[in-house]
Amino acid sequence: MADLAEPLAKPIGAALPRKEDARLVTGRTRWTDNLQLPGMLHVALLRSPVAHARIAAIDVSRARERPGVVAAFTGADLAAEWASGLPSAWTVTEDMVAPDHFPVATDEVRYVGDAVAVVVARDRYTAADALEAIEVSYEALPVVMDMEEALRDEALVHADAGTNRCYLYSYTNGDIDRAFDDADVVLKRRYIQQRLLPTAIETRAVVVEPLGTANQYTLHSSTQVPHFVRVFCSLVTGVPEQQLRVVAPDVGGGFGSKLDVYAEEALLLALARRLGRPLKWTESRTENYQATIHGRDLIQDIEIAATGAGEVLGLRVDLKADMGAYLQLLTPSIPLLGRYMYPGIYKFRAHAFACTGVFTNKTPTDAYRGAGRPEATYAIERIMDDLAAELGMDPIALRRRNWIAHEEFPYETIAGLTYDSGNYEAATERALELLGYDALRREQAERRERGDRVQLGIGVSTYTEMCGLAPTRWLAETGYIAGGWEAATVRVTPLGKVEVLAGTASHGQGHATAFSQIAAERLGVPFEDVEVLYGDTAIVPWGLDTYGSRSLTVGGIAIHRACDRVVDKARRIAAHLLEASEDDLEFVDGTFRVRGSPETAVTIQALGLAAFGAHSLPEGVEPNLTADYVLDPEDFSFPHGTHLCAVDVDTETGAVTIRAYVCVDDIGRVVNPLIVEGQVHGGVAQGIGQALFEEAIYDAAGNLVTTTCIDYYVPGAPDLPSFTTDRTETPATGNPLGVKGVGEAGTIASTPAVVNAVVDALRHFGVDDIVMPASPQRVWRTIQQAQGGASG
Amino acid sequence: MIPAAFDYVRASSIDEAVATLAEHGDEAKVLAGGHSLLPLMKLRLAFPAVLVDVGRVTDLKGVREDGDSLVIGAATTHHDVVHDDLVRNHCGILAEVTELIGDPQVRHRGTFGGAIAHGDAAGDLPAAVLALDAELVVQGPDGRRTVPAADFFVDYLETALAPEEVLVEARIPKLGPGWGWRYEKFNRVAQAWAIVGSCALVRRDNGSIAEARVGLTHMGSVPFRAAATERALAGADAGAVADAAQQADEGTDPPSDHNADPEYRRHLARVLTRRALEGALGA
Repeated sequence: MADLAEPLAKPIGAALPRKEDARLVTGRTRWTDNLQLPGMLHVALLRSPVAHARIAAIDVSRARERPGVVAAFTGADLAAEWASGLPSAWTVTEDMVAPDHFPVATDEVRYVGDAVAVVVARDRYTAADALEAIEVSYEALPVVMDMEEALRDEALVHADAGTNRCYLYSYTNGDIDRAFDDADVVLKRRYIQQRLLPTAIETRAVVVEPLGTANQYTLHSSTQVPHFVRVFCSLVTGVPEQQLRVVAPDVGGGFGSKLDVYAEEALLLALARRLGRPLKWTESRTENYQATIHGRDLIQDIEIAATGAGEVLGLRVDLKADMGAYLQLLTPSIPLLGRYMYPGIYKFRAHAFACTGVFTNKTPTDAYRGAGRPEATYAIERIMDDLAAELGMDPIALRRRNWIAHEEFPYETIAGLTYDSGNYEAATERALELLGYDALRREQAERRERGDRVQLGIGVSTYTEMCGLAPTRWLAETGYIAGGWEAATVRVTPLGKVEVLAGTASHGQGHATAFSQIAAERLGVPFEDVEVLYGDTAIVPWGLDTYGSRSLTVGGIAIHRACDRVVDKARRIAAHLLEASEDDLEFVDGTFRVRGSPETAVTIQALGLAAFGAHSLPEGVEPNLTADYVLDPEDFSFPHGTHLCAVDVDTETGAVTIRAYVCVDDIGRVVNPLIVEGQVHGGVAQGIGQALFEEAIYDAAGNLVTTTCIDYYVPGAPDLPSFTTDRTETPATGNPLGVKGVGEAGTIASTPAVVNAVVDALRHFGVDDIVMPASPQRVWRTIQQAQGGASG
Repeated sequence: MIPAAFDYVRASSIDEAVATLAEHGDEAKVLAGGHSLLPLMKLRLAFPAVLVDVGRVTDLKGVREDGDSLVIGAATTHHDVVHDDLVRNHCGILAEVTELIGDPQVRHRGTFGGAIAHGDAAGDLPAAVLALDAELVVQGPDGRRTVPAADFFVDYLETALAPEEVLVEARIPKLGPGWGWRYEKFNRVAQAWAIVGSCALVRRDNGSIAEARVGLTHMGSVPFRAAATERALAGADAGAVADAAQQADEGTDPPSDHNADPEYRRHLARVLTRRALEGALGA
């Protein structure tokens, strides 16, 4: 561990404990729900208990009469508050159906959890109790929960649209028919990406504070995207943008679920305008599960063509993607972000992809950690294991036969991306060694031979992903409303400290630490002298926030570049003060020195005061030591790695126990190994959650059955093995730090590794798939069915 | 997740708790650790008007010996049960079962008596006290009475406790020499309730099984004894376990939920009972 008292020669790469953590773990935090404002009122929402109905009558008058209730409104009462509907920011096809979506429903509800009325009261308990006094009469409409049934358009989620199809997107590259004609082997599989419930420890919360008579509002929200919230809440409510400040205080996790602009944010802003009072709303866990976006929910039909020798030729993918009842900020784009990753790391000759977006009477889906890439990686890595089994090849050997060799980079994939760098061989070799792959294969053979009750399975996942969610030109081509750039401001203060203003907004990632390391290294100042500010549009007005593993690869590089500009400006001032030519100055460890005259020197920190005092600045130099940089990257970055999982499957009960989990990730250059470890551990755990534990369950009437953490199993430390992590380091070529991003890698890689392992353990029974999550009952029943339907 | 309004009374003695309950009838509920009741209240599945907190009644806490019995106060926390020497020496199965309840936070707040009085057949302790032939001592306005565990669990979340009664303690026959035990709990994640659990106690005598008792968790609306299995093992030798366990689910009425349908639960009951018996026999 580096000694914090000493300036670090090389801050980048040091395993520094996160500077945020002492405060966070001792509770000295400012969660949105902690905010207490004088005169603050509390908001509660009445949510539909039925999945699809016409609101025949609604009466909030009895709620208004309750002691302590200040106001109660129906959707119709609030209709005049909206300048536009809630945003859908990604128009993925020209004819995409984007239904109107207002913060409170007026005449029809379309999922359980759709808000129908709102109560404002003096305390949270009174508000919750008053909801029971609201009378609503629902006239049932037909409910459609299943995507394939929805596509028959017999029962419509949005009658006006005339269809449940949101869009049909397709893409083809190469001669796909020929690839399949030439094949010796064609495998076709249907994989189901079950619906997941993002479970941030901090549920959503919103506090809006109107500021006196100035028509100014401060909106605090537990969000990943304060800049988006500001733009869109202004558009939805008509509150002028310049009078709206959005603050994301400490945010306790998001995983994509807080990458959105929600009804409650616009609603509280409109109510604060209407009532002139500070307001708070905090989501309960059950509301969180009903009204915050869900993740995944795809039917994946995938078909792979290969030669008998194991060369892959073609890949067809046909998706059905459940949008839920409405489009949230990025809903339709999520499966299409995945479309680039279906070919994975393999050299296909042809690829066809289609995706149908489908409306159902469920909570809207949107980005959930990995956002399209875990789904794609699951499908390709699952079918590669199945193909290996079909061909009688080792799954590693099949991958080796088909992956892009390290000397072939940069490589343009059949999906239209150019991978800049990678070394799949190195990561895989290391992972095999760490797991002891060959010995485990021998043990597996022995246990199969003996017919052991507990069978061993080994799963492989050689993944890649695309990080950054930039460049802007690419986003524009795909129909996205915004850009992919990121902004940074770096300033040296009068007393020589450094402020970094980051356009990304941390919700657990450790930006304050990692960005301090970048600035400390580039400016040659002590790590402790750097403060990182973010998450407040009044402090950092320009930014695009946090998602898609972009904070380091886009935001961090913007900071690095802004530091370059600060150094450039400082060099001009230093040359002036030292009476030297700029060309004669060298900048080492934070100090400008005249070459050949090392005692003639000034530190960049001392120049803060020179810029502030401004008594002696060169001609034309403005008095500050500040620089901005807005970076729009040329391309994505492409982390990759090899994850191996060994499971014990109790064939008698169906219980799956992870015996070993090895991951070797190549995320390029590492800024802080401790943060990387944390991201990998958390990501792998989350991916294991999808493989073995998590599933949003609806009944046929459209009720979400899993409405608390009692029913929805998020794995904890006792349910997980000790992970073995390691890294290879192949720098990205697209940025000066060589970084690639790590926020989602674990989630993307781990789900197929685990399911492949479970299937591998049971393949000799004739099992070739397990529907996720691979719960004990499901595993047991799959074995029973494979053995001919006998039950034990 | 916001409970309905309620009044709160902190009882300082068992008598005061009983008197308060008698005053409010079925409007009132006893609060101990709160780990079963409060979640139900937050979901508004339970909305008592009055909570009578017995968490500070010292007479309800602690473990003591009384001849051949172990007496466990109802408000003794799970954590204290797990680490109690008397429990470990005379009723090791209770330590083993209790250590699998919830997570450390739950075990530090939740109580032995609360988990029994809640009457949840998915809880671990009801099946354990049933297998242990425990007696439950309850106190009401008319004094104390003793209810055998076999009569205590009436239906889903329903026990022999009247609304104005408080569970005071459990009297458990000590497990002497010759006894072996094992609790097989099967669940999805560590802190979750059992999908099925099987609690086996076996007394060996001269190499054969003198007595076997098996309590089943979550195989119906109440905990069950695997009576057919127990009968099949009386006087048998260890080789009889596998066949006897095949009858473990007889007479049960397993529920269906998204973790398990009745067929799978029956299968688990048979498998887990065999494993629990084998464990109890030291196999």
